[in-house]
Amino acid sequence: MSRLRRNLAPYLLVLPGGLWLLLFFAVPMITMLSLSLQQGDIVNGYAFTGHWQTYVDAIGNYRTQLFRSLLYGAIATIALIVLAFPVAYWIAFYGGRRKATYLFLLLLPFFVSFVLRTISWRQILTDEGPVLGPLKDIGLLGDSFHVLGTPFAVIAGLVYNFLPFMVLPVYVALERIDPRVIEAARDLYADPATAFRKVILPLALPGVFAGVLMTFVPASSDYVNSAVLGSSSTTMIGQVIQAQYLATADYPTASALSFVLMAVLLIGVFTYARALGTEDVMKVAAR
Amino acid sequence: MRNSRALHIYTWVVVAWLTLPVAVMIAFGFNDTPGRYNQTWEGFTLKWYGRVFGIDALTEALLVSLVIAIITAVVAGALGTGIGYALGRYRFRGSGTVNLILFAAMSAPELVMGASLLTLFVSMGVGLGVTTISVAHIMFSISFVSVVVRARVLTLDRSLEEAAADLGATGWTTFWRVTFPLILPAVGSGMMLAFALSIDDFVVTNFTAGTTVTFPLWIWGATRVGLPPQVNVMGTLIFAVGVLIAVLSGVRSRPRRRRG
Repeated sequence: MSRLRRNLAPYLLVLPGGLWLLLFFAVPMITMLSLSLQQGDIVNGYAFTGHWQTYVDAIGNYRTQLFRSLLYGAIATIALIVLAFPVAYWIAFYGGRRKATYLFLLLLPFFVSFVLRTISWRQILTDEGPVLGPLKDIGLLGDSFHVLGTPFAVIAGLVYNFLPFMVLPVYVALERIDPRVIEAARDLYADPATAFRKVILPLALPGVFAGVLMTFVPASSDYVNSAVLGSSSTTMIGQVIQAQYLATADYPTASALSFVLMAVLLIGVFTYARALGTEDVMKVAAR
Repeated sequence: MRNSRALHIYTWVVVAWLTLPVAVMIAFGFNDTPGRYNQTWEGFTLKWYGRVFGIDALTEALLVSLVIAIITAVVAGALGTGIGYALGRYRFRGSGTVNLILFAAMSAPELVMGASLLTLFVSMGVGLGVTTISVAHIMFSISFVSVVVRARVLTLDRSLEEAAADLGATGWTTFWRVTFPLILPAVGSGMMLAFALSIDDFVVTNFTAGTTVTFPLWIWGATRVGLPPQVNVMGTLIFAVGVLIAVLSGVRSRPRRRRG
Protein backbone atom coordinates (compact mmCIF):
# COMPACT_ATOMS: atom_id res chain seq x y z
CA MET A 1 0.00 0.00 0.00
CA SER A 2 2.64 2.51 1.05
CA ARG A 3 4.83 1.29 -1.82
CA LEU A 4 2.04 1.97 -4.28
CA ARG A 5 1.58 5.41 -2.80
CA ARG A 6 5.32 5.98 -3.16
CA ASN A 7 5.23 5.07 -6.82
CA LEU A 8 2.25 7.28 -7.45
CA ALA A 9 3.55 10.25 -5.46
CA PRO A 10 5.62 11.91 -8.22
CA TYR A 11 2.75 11.64 -10.69
CA LEU A 12 0.26 13.12 -8.27
CA LEU A 13 2.67 16.00 -7.59
CA VAL A 14 3.29 16.67 -11.26
CA LEU A 15 -0.32 16.25 -12.34
CA PRO A 16 -1.90 19.67 -11.52
CA GLY A 17 0.96 21.78 -12.89
CA GLY A 18 1.53 19.41 -15.79
CA LEU A 19 -2.13 19.55 -16.74
CA TRP A 20 -2.02 23.35 -16.63
CA LEU A 21 1.00 23.40 -18.97
CA LEU A 22 -0.65 20.86 -21.27
CA LEU A 23 -3.91 22.82 -21.47
CA PHE A 24 -2.46 26.31 -21.75
CA PHE A 25 0.91 25.75 -23.40
CA ALA A 26 0.72 22.63 -25.59
CA VAL A 27 -2.95 22.66 -26.64
CA PRO A 28 -2.91 26.34 -27.75
CA MET A 29 -0.02 25.54 -30.12
CA ILE A 30 -2.21 22.91 -31.79
CA THR A 31 -5.17 25.30 -31.89
CA MET A 32 -2.95 27.88 -33.54
CA LEU A 33 -1.64 25.40 -36.11
CA SER A 34 -5.20 24.38 -36.92
CA LEU A 35 -6.39 27.98 -37.15
CA SER A 36 -3.58 28.83 -39.56
CA LEU A 37 -5.08 26.31 -41.99
CA GLN A 38 -8.64 27.57 -41.66
CA GLN A 39 -10.53 30.13 -43.66
CA GLY A 40 -13.25 32.53 -42.64
CA ASP A 41 -13.57 35.60 -40.46
CA ILE A 42 -14.24 36.45 -36.86
CA VAL A 43 -17.93 37.25 -37.44
CA ASN A 44 -18.98 34.22 -39.48
CA GLY A 45 -16.58 31.78 -37.90
CA TYR A 46 -13.81 29.67 -39.32
CA ALA A 47 -13.81 26.37 -41.17
CA PHE A 48 -10.89 24.00 -41.58
CA THR A 49 -9.94 23.88 -45.25
CA GLY A 50 -6.26 22.92 -45.09
CA HIS A 51 -5.54 26.19 -46.84
CA TRP A 52 -1.74 26.16 -47.21
CA GLN A 53 -1.93 29.21 -49.44
CA THR A 54 -2.16 31.33 -46.27
CA TYR A 55 1.42 30.36 -45.49
CA VAL A 56 2.61 31.15 -49.00
CA ASP A 57 0.90 34.56 -48.94
CA ALA A 58 2.03 35.38 -45.41
CA ILE A 59 5.67 34.61 -46.13
CA GLY A 60 5.48 36.39 -49.47
CA ASN A 61 3.95 39.54 -47.99
CA TYR A 62 6.07 39.78 -44.88
CA ARG A 63 9.41 38.23 -45.80
CA THR A 64 11.13 41.64 -45.42
CA GLN A 65 9.98 41.97 -41.81
CA LEU A 66 10.76 38.33 -41.08
CA PHE A 67 14.27 38.62 -42.48
CA ARG A 68 14.81 41.94 -40.71
CA SER A 69 13.77 40.45 -37.36
CA LEU A 70 16.23 37.58 -37.69
CA LEU A 71 18.96 39.99 -38.76
CA TYR A 72 18.32 42.38 -35.85
CA GLY A 73 18.11 39.41 -33.48
CA ALA A 74 21.42 38.00 -34.77
CA ILE A 75 23.24 41.34 -34.62
CA ALA A 76 21.90 42.00 -31.12
CA THR A 77 22.98 38.52 -29.99
CA ILE A 78 26.52 38.96 -31.32
CA ALA A 79 26.74 42.40 -29.72
CA LEU A 80 25.49 40.86 -26.48
CA ILE A 81 28.22 38.21 -26.46
CA VAL A 82 30.91 40.83 -27.11
CA LEU A 83 29.58 43.27 -24.49
CA ALA A 84 28.62 40.74 -21.82
CA PHE A 85 31.64 38.45 -21.85
CA PRO A 86 34.14 40.95 -20.33
CA VAL A 87 31.65 41.86 -17.59
CA ALA A 88 31.00 38.21 -16.71
CA TYR A 89 34.73 37.52 -16.87
CA TRP A 90 35.65 40.37 -14.57
CA ILE A 91 32.98 39.53 -11.99
CA ALA A 92 33.82 35.81 -12.06
CA PHE A 93 37.60 36.21 -11.69
CA TYR A 94 38.07 39.57 -9.99
CA GLY A 95 34.73 40.17 -8.23
CA GLY A 96 36.10 38.76 -4.99
CA ARG A 97 33.66 39.05 -2.12
CA ARG A 98 31.52 41.57 -3.99
CA LYS A 99 30.42 39.19 -6.76
CA ALA A 100 26.83 39.10 -5.52
CA THR A 101 26.72 42.90 -5.32
CA TYR A 102 27.86 43.31 -8.93
CA LEU A 103 25.32 40.75 -10.17
CA PHE A 104 22.65 42.56 -8.20
CA LEU A 105 23.61 45.87 -9.83
CA LEU A 106 23.27 44.26 -13.25
CA LEU A 107 19.78 43.06 -12.35
CA LEU A 108 18.70 46.43 -10.94
CA PRO A 109 16.86 47.57 -14.11
CA PHE A 110 14.61 44.51 -13.86
CA PHE A 111 12.83 46.13 -10.97
CA VAL A 112 11.40 48.57 -13.50
CA SER A 113 8.83 47.46 -16.06
CA PHE A 114 10.28 46.43 -19.44
CA VAL A 115 7.95 48.83 -21.31
CA LEU A 116 8.80 51.71 -18.99
CA ARG A 117 12.57 51.20 -19.40
CA THR A 118 12.25 51.21 -23.18
CA ILE A 119 10.13 54.38 -23.11
CA SER A 120 12.76 55.94 -20.84
CA TRP A 121 15.34 55.32 -23.57
CA ARG A 122 13.14 57.11 -26.05
CA GLN A 123 13.07 60.11 -23.75
CA ILE A 124 16.87 60.04 -23.47
CA LEU A 125 17.51 59.62 -27.19
CA THR A 126 14.87 61.98 -28.53
CA ASP A 127 16.06 64.55 -31.09
CA GLU A 128 16.19 67.54 -28.74
CA GLY A 129 16.75 65.43 -25.64
CA PRO A 130 19.48 65.49 -22.99
CA VAL A 131 22.00 63.65 -25.19
CA LEU A 132 21.43 64.86 -28.73
CA GLY A 133 20.27 68.40 -27.83
CA PRO A 134 23.57 69.69 -26.38
CA LEU A 135 25.63 67.95 -29.08
CA LYS A 136 23.55 69.70 -31.72
CA ASP A 137 23.77 73.04 -29.93
CA ILE A 138 27.56 73.02 -29.99
CA GLY A 139 27.50 71.90 -33.60
CA LEU A 140 29.03 68.47 -33.15
CA LEU A 141 25.99 66.93 -34.80
CA GLY A 142 23.93 68.23 -37.68
CA ASP A 143 20.34 69.30 -36.98
CA SER A 144 19.01 66.47 -39.10
CA PHE A 145 20.90 63.84 -37.10
CA HIS A 146 18.69 61.49 -35.13
CA VAL A 147 18.96 58.16 -33.39
CA LEU A 148 15.31 57.26 -32.87
CA GLY A 149 13.72 55.49 -35.80
CA THR A 150 16.98 53.97 -36.97
CA PRO A 151 17.90 50.27 -36.91
CA PHE A 152 20.68 51.24 -34.49
CA ALA A 153 18.16 52.46 -31.91
CA VAL A 154 16.11 49.27 -32.18
CA ILE A 155 19.12 46.94 -31.93
CA ALA A 156 20.60 48.99 -29.08
CA GLY A 157 17.26 48.69 -27.29
CA LEU A 158 17.28 44.91 -27.75
CA VAL A 159 20.87 44.70 -26.48
CA TYR A 160 20.01 46.89 -23.51
CA ASN A 161 16.95 44.90 -22.51
CA PHE A 162 18.53 41.46 -22.80
CA LEU A 163 22.08 42.11 -21.51
CA PRO A 164 21.61 40.52 -18.07
CA PHE A 165 20.30 37.35 -19.77
CA MET A 166 23.69 36.99 -21.45
CA VAL A 167 25.89 38.06 -18.53
CA LEU A 168 24.36 35.63 -16.02
CA PRO A 169 24.78 32.29 -17.87
CA VAL A 170 28.29 33.24 -19.05
CA TYR A 171 29.15 34.24 -15.49
CA VAL A 172 27.86 30.92 -14.13
CA ALA A 173 30.02 28.99 -16.62
CA LEU A 174 33.14 31.08 -15.88
CA GLU A 175 32.59 30.94 -12.13
CA ARG A 176 32.67 27.13 -12.21
CA ILE A 177 36.13 27.06 -13.77
CA ASP A 178 38.65 25.70 -11.30
CA PRO A 179 41.47 28.30 -11.04
CA ARG A 180 43.94 25.40 -10.84
CA VAL A 181 43.10 24.46 -14.43
CA ILE A 182 44.26 27.90 -15.56
CA GLU A 183 47.34 27.68 -13.35
CA ALA A 184 48.12 24.31 -14.92
CA ALA A 185 47.94 25.87 -18.37
CA ARG A 186 50.31 28.63 -17.25
CA ASP A 187 52.68 26.08 -15.70
CA LEU A 188 52.76 24.33 -19.07
CA TYR A 189 54.01 27.61 -20.59
CA ALA A 190 50.76 28.82 -22.14
CA ASP A 191 50.86 32.61 -22.41
CA PRO A 192 47.75 34.42 -21.07
CA ALA A 193 46.19 34.68 -24.53
CA THR A 194 46.64 30.98 -25.22
CA ALA A 195 45.35 30.01 -21.80
CA PHE A 196 42.31 32.16 -22.46
CA ARG A 197 41.71 30.70 -25.92
CA LYS A 198 42.41 27.05 -25.12
CA VAL A 199 41.14 26.76 -21.55
CA ILE A 200 38.77 29.53 -20.51
CA LEU A 201 36.89 29.99 -23.76
CA PRO A 202 35.96 26.30 -24.31
CA LEU A 203 34.82 26.03 -20.70
CA ALA A 204 32.72 29.18 -21.09
CA LEU A 205 30.99 27.99 -24.27
CA PRO A 206 28.06 26.20 -22.59
CA GLY A 207 27.31 29.48 -20.80
CA VAL A 208 27.48 31.43 -24.05
CA PHE A 209 25.18 28.86 -25.63
CA ALA A 210 22.63 29.24 -22.83
CA GLY A 211 22.92 33.00 -23.17
CA VAL A 212 22.27 32.86 -26.91
CA LEU A 213 19.18 30.71 -26.31
CA MET A 214 17.91 33.18 -23.74
CA THR A 215 18.48 36.24 -25.93
CA PHE A 216 18.21 35.38 -29.64
CA VAL A 217 14.69 33.97 -29.44
CA PRO A 218 13.14 36.83 -27.44
CA ALA A 219 15.11 39.49 -29.34
CA SER A 220 14.01 38.23 -32.77
CA SER A 221 10.37 38.00 -31.74
CA ASP A 222 10.28 41.28 -29.81
CA TYR A 223 7.94 44.07 -30.87
CA VAL A 224 8.24 46.54 -28.01
CA ASN A 225 11.66 47.92 -28.94
CA SER A 226 10.90 48.39 -32.61
CA ALA A 227 7.53 49.97 -31.80
CA VAL A 228 8.93 52.41 -29.21
CA LEU A 229 12.39 53.16 -30.62
CA GLY A 230 11.97 52.41 -34.32
CA SER A 231 10.05 53.67 -37.31
CA SER A 232 8.14 52.16 -40.21
CA SER A 233 11.45 51.19 -41.81
CA THR A 234 12.43 49.06 -38.81
CA THR A 235 9.15 47.13 -38.45
CA MET A 236 9.79 43.67 -37.06
CA ILE A 237 7.73 40.51 -37.55
CA GLY A 238 6.44 40.69 -33.98
CA GLN A 239 4.74 43.99 -34.75
CA VAL A 240 3.12 42.47 -37.84
CA ILE A 241 1.84 39.47 -35.88
CA GLN A 242 0.59 41.69 -33.05
CA ALA A 243 -1.26 43.97 -35.46
CA GLN A 244 -2.74 41.03 -37.39
CA TYR A 245 -4.10 39.53 -34.17
CA LEU A 246 -5.19 42.60 -32.27
CA ALA A 247 -5.96 45.22 -34.92
CA THR A 248 -7.05 43.57 -38.18
CA ALA A 249 -8.07 40.25 -36.53
CA ASP A 250 -6.76 38.24 -39.48
CA TYR A 251 -6.24 35.16 -37.32
CA PRO A 252 -5.23 32.63 -40.01
CA THR A 253 -2.46 34.89 -41.37
CA ALA A 254 -1.29 35.84 -37.88
CA SER A 255 -1.23 32.19 -36.79
CA ALA A 256 0.67 31.17 -39.91
CA LEU A 257 3.23 33.93 -39.32
CA SER A 258 3.64 32.93 -35.66
CA PHE A 259 4.31 29.37 -36.74
CA VAL A 260 6.79 30.38 -39.40
CA LEU A 261 8.60 32.56 -36.86
CA MET A 262 8.74 29.75 -34.32
CA ALA A 263 9.86 27.21 -36.92
CA VAL A 264 12.63 29.49 -38.19
CA LEU A 265 13.82 30.20 -34.65
CA LEU A 266 13.79 26.50 -33.76
CA ILE A 267 15.72 25.62 -36.92
CA GLY A 268 18.19 28.40 -36.14
CA VAL A 269 18.69 27.22 -32.57
CA PHE A 270 19.12 23.58 -33.61
CA THR A 271 21.54 24.38 -36.43
CA TYR A 272 23.53 26.39 -33.97
CA ALA A 273 23.37 23.52 -31.49
CA ARG A 274 24.62 21.07 -34.11
CA ALA A 275 27.51 23.36 -34.94
CA LEU A 276 28.45 23.59 -31.28
CA GLY A 277 28.01 19.91 -30.50
CA THR A 278 24.86 18.33 -29.13
CA GLU A 279 26.48 17.45 -25.82
CA ASP A 280 26.44 21.06 -24.71
CA VAL A 281 22.81 21.39 -25.70
CA MET A 282 21.86 18.41 -23.59
CA LYS A 283 23.78 19.90 -20.69
CA VAL A 284 21.94 23.17 -21.05
CA ALA A 285 18.59 21.44 -21.49
CA ALA A 286 19.19 19.28 -18.44
CA ARG A 287 19.95 22.26 -16.24
CA MET B 1 46.89 43.74 -13.51
CA ARG B 2 46.33 46.67 -15.84
CA ASN B 3 43.90 44.52 -17.82
CA SER B 4 41.78 43.86 -14.77
CA ARG B 5 41.68 47.60 -14.00
CA ALA B 6 40.34 48.28 -17.49
CA LEU B 7 37.75 45.51 -17.11
CA HIS B 8 36.74 46.89 -13.74
CA ILE B 9 36.06 50.31 -15.26
CA TYR B 10 34.25 48.68 -18.18
CA THR B 11 31.99 46.75 -15.77
CA TRP B 12 31.03 50.00 -14.07
CA VAL B 13 30.34 51.66 -17.43
CA VAL B 14 27.96 48.79 -18.28
CA VAL B 15 26.27 49.10 -14.89
CA ALA B 16 25.86 52.85 -15.47
CA TRP B 17 24.41 52.22 -18.94
CA LEU B 18 21.96 49.68 -17.52
CA THR B 19 20.77 51.99 -14.75
CA LEU B 20 20.62 55.24 -16.78
CA PRO B 21 16.97 54.81 -17.90
CA VAL B 22 16.01 53.91 -14.33
CA ALA B 23 17.66 57.11 -13.09
CA VAL B 24 15.83 59.15 -15.74
CA MET B 25 12.53 57.54 -14.77
CA ILE B 26 13.08 58.33 -11.08
CA ALA B 27 14.25 61.91 -11.81
CA PHE B 28 11.21 62.78 -13.92
CA GLY B 29 8.93 61.69 -11.09
CA PHE B 30 10.23 64.81 -9.31
CA ASN B 31 9.78 67.06 -12.32
CA ASP B 32 7.74 70.23 -11.73
CA THR B 33 5.91 69.99 -15.03
CA PRO B 34 2.60 71.86 -15.32
CA GLY B 35 0.61 69.08 -16.97
CA ARG B 36 0.92 65.76 -18.70
CA TYR B 37 3.91 66.77 -20.80
CA ASN B 38 6.88 65.33 -18.94
CA GLN B 39 9.78 65.44 -21.38
CA THR B 40 11.87 68.43 -20.27
CA TRP B 41 13.12 69.33 -16.82
CA GLU B 42 11.16 72.15 -15.17
CA GLY B 43 12.47 72.04 -11.59
CA PHE B 44 12.18 69.89 -8.49
CA THR B 45 8.87 69.07 -6.85
CA LEU B 46 7.31 66.44 -4.62
CA LYS B 47 3.76 67.21 -5.73
CA TRP B 48 3.42 64.08 -7.91
CA TYR B 49 4.05 61.90 -4.87
CA GLY B 50 1.04 63.53 -3.26
CA ARG B 51 -1.05 63.03 -6.37
CA VAL B 52 0.22 59.55 -7.21
CA PHE B 53 -3.32 58.15 -7.31
CA GLY B 54 -4.67 61.19 -9.17
CA ILE B 55 -5.45 59.30 -12.37
CA ASP B 56 -8.23 56.80 -11.67
CA ALA B 57 -7.65 54.61 -14.73
CA LEU B 58 -3.95 54.30 -13.91
CA THR B 59 -4.61 53.45 -10.27
CA GLU B 60 -7.14 50.84 -11.34
CA ALA B 61 -4.65 49.35 -13.81
CA LEU B 62 -2.05 49.06 -11.04
CA LEU B 63 -4.59 47.32 -8.77
CA VAL B 64 -5.52 44.89 -11.56
CA SER B 65 -1.81 44.11 -12.02
CA LEU B 66 -1.35 43.53 -8.29
CA VAL B 67 -4.37 41.20 -8.06
CA ILE B 68 -3.18 39.15 -11.05
CA ALA B 69 0.38 38.99 -9.68
CA ILE B 70 -0.87 37.72 -6.30
CA ILE B 71 -3.09 35.07 -7.93
CA THR B 72 -0.16 34.05 -10.16
CA ALA B 73 2.28 33.81 -7.25
CA VAL B 74 -0.08 31.65 -5.18
CA VAL B 75 -1.29 29.26 -7.91
CA ALA B 76 2.00 28.97 -9.82
CA GLY B 77 3.76 28.66 -6.44
CA ALA B 78 1.63 25.64 -5.52
CA LEU B 79 1.68 23.94 -8.93
CA GLY B 80 5.36 24.66 -9.56
CA THR B 81 6.38 23.40 -6.11
CA GLY B 82 4.63 20.08 -6.85
CA ILE B 83 6.54 19.62 -10.10
CA GLY B 84 9.84 20.86 -8.67
CA TYR B 85 9.59 18.58 -5.64
CA ALA B 86 8.71 15.52 -7.75
CA LEU B 87 11.61 16.17 -10.14
CA GLY B 88 14.09 16.78 -7.34
CA ARG B 89 13.08 13.86 -5.13
CA TYR B 90 11.82 10.97 -7.27
CA ARG B 91 13.14 9.06 -10.25
CA PHE B 92 10.11 8.28 -12.35
CA ARG B 93 9.15 7.39 -15.88
CA GLY B 94 8.24 10.53 -17.79
CA SER B 95 10.43 12.89 -15.78
CA GLY B 96 12.44 13.59 -18.94
CA THR B 97 9.28 14.69 -20.74
CA VAL B 98 8.34 16.95 -17.83
CA ASN B 99 11.82 18.52 -17.92
CA LEU B 100 11.51 19.04 -21.66
CA ILE B 101 8.11 20.75 -21.34
CA LEU B 102 9.44 23.05 -18.60
CA PHE B 103 12.40 23.93 -20.80
CA ALA B 104 10.15 24.53 -23.83
CA ALA B 105 7.78 26.74 -21.82
CA MET B 106 10.70 28.82 -20.58
CA SER B 107 12.35 29.26 -23.96
CA ALA B 108 9.32 29.61 -26.27
CA PRO B 109 8.88 33.15 -27.60
CA GLU B 110 6.44 35.08 -25.43
CA LEU B 111 4.80 36.37 -28.57
CA VAL B 112 3.94 32.84 -29.72
CA MET B 113 2.70 31.81 -26.27
CA GLY B 114 0.44 34.86 -26.07
CA ALA B 115 -0.79 34.47 -29.64
CA SER B 116 -1.55 30.78 -29.30
CA LEU B 117 -3.45 31.35 -26.05
CA LEU B 118 -5.48 34.01 -27.81
CA THR B 119 -6.42 31.54 -30.56
CA LEU B 120 -7.42 29.00 -27.88
CA PHE B 121 -9.58 31.48 -25.98
CA VAL B 122 -11.16 32.82 -29.16
CA SER B 123 -11.95 29.38 -30.56
CA MET B 124 -13.46 28.31 -27.23
CA GLY B 125 -15.47 31.52 -27.08
CA VAL B 126 -14.00 32.53 -23.71
CA GLY B 127 -14.26 36.22 -22.84
CA LEU B 128 -10.87 37.86 -22.23
CA GLY B 129 -10.09 39.55 -18.93
CA VAL B 130 -8.48 39.10 -15.50
CA THR B 131 -9.13 35.32 -15.59
CA THR B 132 -7.49 34.72 -18.96
CA ILE B 133 -4.52 36.95 -18.05
CA SER B 134 -4.06 35.02 -14.77
CA VAL B 135 -4.30 31.68 -16.58
CA ALA B 136 -1.57 32.82 -18.96
CA HIS B 137 0.69 34.23 -16.25
CA ILE B 138 0.38 31.06 -14.15
CA MET B 139 1.27 29.04 -17.26
CA PHE B 140 4.57 30.81 -17.91
CA SER B 141 5.46 31.08 -14.20
CA ILE B 142 5.09 27.37 -13.33
CA SER B 143 8.38 26.40 -15.01
CA PHE B 144 10.35 29.09 -13.19
CA VAL B 145 8.98 28.08 -9.77
CA SER B 146 9.62 24.39 -10.59
CA VAL B 147 13.24 25.02 -11.51
CA VAL B 148 13.92 27.04 -8.34
CA VAL B 149 12.29 24.42 -6.08
CA ARG B 150 13.93 21.49 -7.91
CA ALA B 151 17.38 23.04 -7.37
CA ARG B 152 16.70 23.33 -3.64
CA VAL B 153 15.31 19.78 -3.27
CA LEU B 154 18.33 18.33 -5.10
CA THR B 155 20.72 19.87 -2.56
CA LEU B 156 18.69 18.87 0.51
CA ASP B 157 20.51 16.88 3.15
CA ARG B 158 18.59 13.57 3.16
CA SER B 159 20.04 12.57 6.54
CA LEU B 160 17.72 15.08 8.24
CA GLU B 161 14.68 13.23 6.90
CA GLU B 162 16.23 9.88 7.79
CA ALA B 163 16.81 11.15 11.31
CA ALA B 164 13.13 12.11 11.55
CA ALA B 165 12.11 8.66 10.31
CA ASP B 166 14.47 7.00 12.79
CA LEU B 167 12.81 8.95 15.57
CA GLY B 168 9.50 7.42 14.53
CA ALA B 169 7.98 10.20 12.42
CA THR B 170 5.60 9.06 9.66
CA GLY B 171 6.27 10.11 6.07
CA TRP B 172 3.56 12.74 6.31
CA THR B 173 4.92 14.22 9.56
CA THR B 174 8.47 14.16 8.22
CA PHE B 175 7.39 16.07 5.15
CA TRP B 176 5.56 18.84 6.97
CA ARG B 177 7.89 19.11 9.98
CA VAL B 178 11.27 18.63 8.29
CA THR B 179 11.23 18.71 4.48
CA PHE B 180 8.76 21.52 3.90
CA PRO B 181 10.45 24.04 6.23
CA LEU B 182 13.72 23.27 4.43
CA ILE B 183 12.34 23.95 0.95
CA LEU B 184 10.18 26.89 2.09
CA PRO B 185 12.81 29.54 1.21
CA ALA B 186 12.91 28.18 -2.36
CA VAL B 187 9.11 28.17 -2.56
CA GLY B 188 9.20 31.77 -1.35
CA SER B 189 11.76 32.84 -3.96
CA GLY B 190 9.80 30.99 -6.66
CA MET B 191 6.62 32.82 -5.67
CA MET B 192 8.41 36.17 -5.64
CA LEU B 193 9.82 35.41 -9.08
CA ALA B 194 6.32 34.54 -10.33
CA PHE B 195 4.98 37.78 -8.83
CA ALA B 196 7.73 39.81 -10.52
CA LEU B 197 7.27 38.09 -13.89
CA SER B 198 3.53 38.66 -13.73
CA ILE B 199 3.49 42.32 -12.69
CA ASP B 200 6.01 43.23 -15.40
CA ASP B 201 4.59 41.13 -18.21
CA PHE B 202 3.54 43.00 -21.31
CA VAL B 203 3.60 40.70 -24.34
CA VAL B 204 1.49 37.75 -23.15
CA THR B 205 -0.86 40.15 -21.34
CA ASN B 206 -1.26 42.20 -24.50
CA PHE B 207 -2.75 39.14 -26.22
CA THR B 208 -4.89 37.78 -23.39
CA ALA B 209 -6.30 40.98 -21.85
CA GLY B 210 -9.15 41.94 -24.15
CA THR B 211 -10.33 45.30 -22.83
CA THR B 212 -8.84 44.80 -19.36
CA VAL B 213 -5.94 47.15 -18.64
CA THR B 214 -2.92 46.27 -16.48
CA PHE B 215 -0.14 48.65 -15.40
CA PRO B 216 2.21 47.87 -18.34
CA LEU B 217 -0.73 47.94 -20.78
CA TRP B 218 -1.83 51.35 -19.51
CA ILE B 219 1.69 52.70 -20.00
CA TRP B 220 1.78 51.23 -23.50
CA GLY B 221 -1.55 52.84 -24.36
CA ALA B 222 -0.50 56.23 -22.99
CA THR B 223 2.86 56.34 -24.79
CA ARG B 224 1.54 58.18 -27.81
CA VAL B 225 0.00 61.02 -25.78
CA GLY B 226 2.91 61.16 -23.34
CA LEU B 227 3.34 59.57 -19.94
CA PRO B 228 2.08 61.55 -16.93
CA PRO B 229 4.52 61.94 -13.97
CA GLN B 230 2.33 59.56 -11.93
CA VAL B 231 3.71 56.69 -14.01
CA ASN B 232 7.25 57.69 -12.99
CA VAL B 233 6.22 57.87 -9.36
CA MET B 234 4.56 54.44 -9.43
CA GLY B 235 7.53 52.99 -11.31
CA THR B 236 9.87 54.46 -8.69
CA LEU B 237 7.81 53.07 -5.81
CA ILE B 238 7.65 49.58 -7.37
CA PHE B 239 11.40 49.77 -7.98
CA ALA B 240 12.08 50.82 -4.39
CA VAL B 241 9.91 48.07 -2.89
CA GLY B 242 11.45 45.43 -5.18
CA VAL B 243 15.01 46.46 -4.36
CA LEU B 244 14.20 46.62 -0.64
CA ILE B 245 12.75 43.10 -0.62
CA ALA B 246 15.70 41.76 -2.61
CA VAL B 247 18.27 43.41 -0.31
CA LEU B 248 16.49 42.27 2.86
CA SER B 249 16.14 38.67 1.68
CA GLY B 250 19.77 38.73 0.52
CA VAL B 251 20.97 39.94 3.93
CA ARG B 252 18.82 37.37 5.71
CA SER B 253 20.02 34.43 3.65
CA ARG B 254 23.70 35.34 3.82
CA PRO B 255 24.66 34.06 7.32
CA ARG B 256 22.79 30.83 6.61
CA ARG B 257 24.84 30.24 3.47
CA ARG B 258 28.08 30.72 5.39
CA ARG B 259 27.11 28.11 7.92
CA GLY B 260 26.32 25.60 5.16
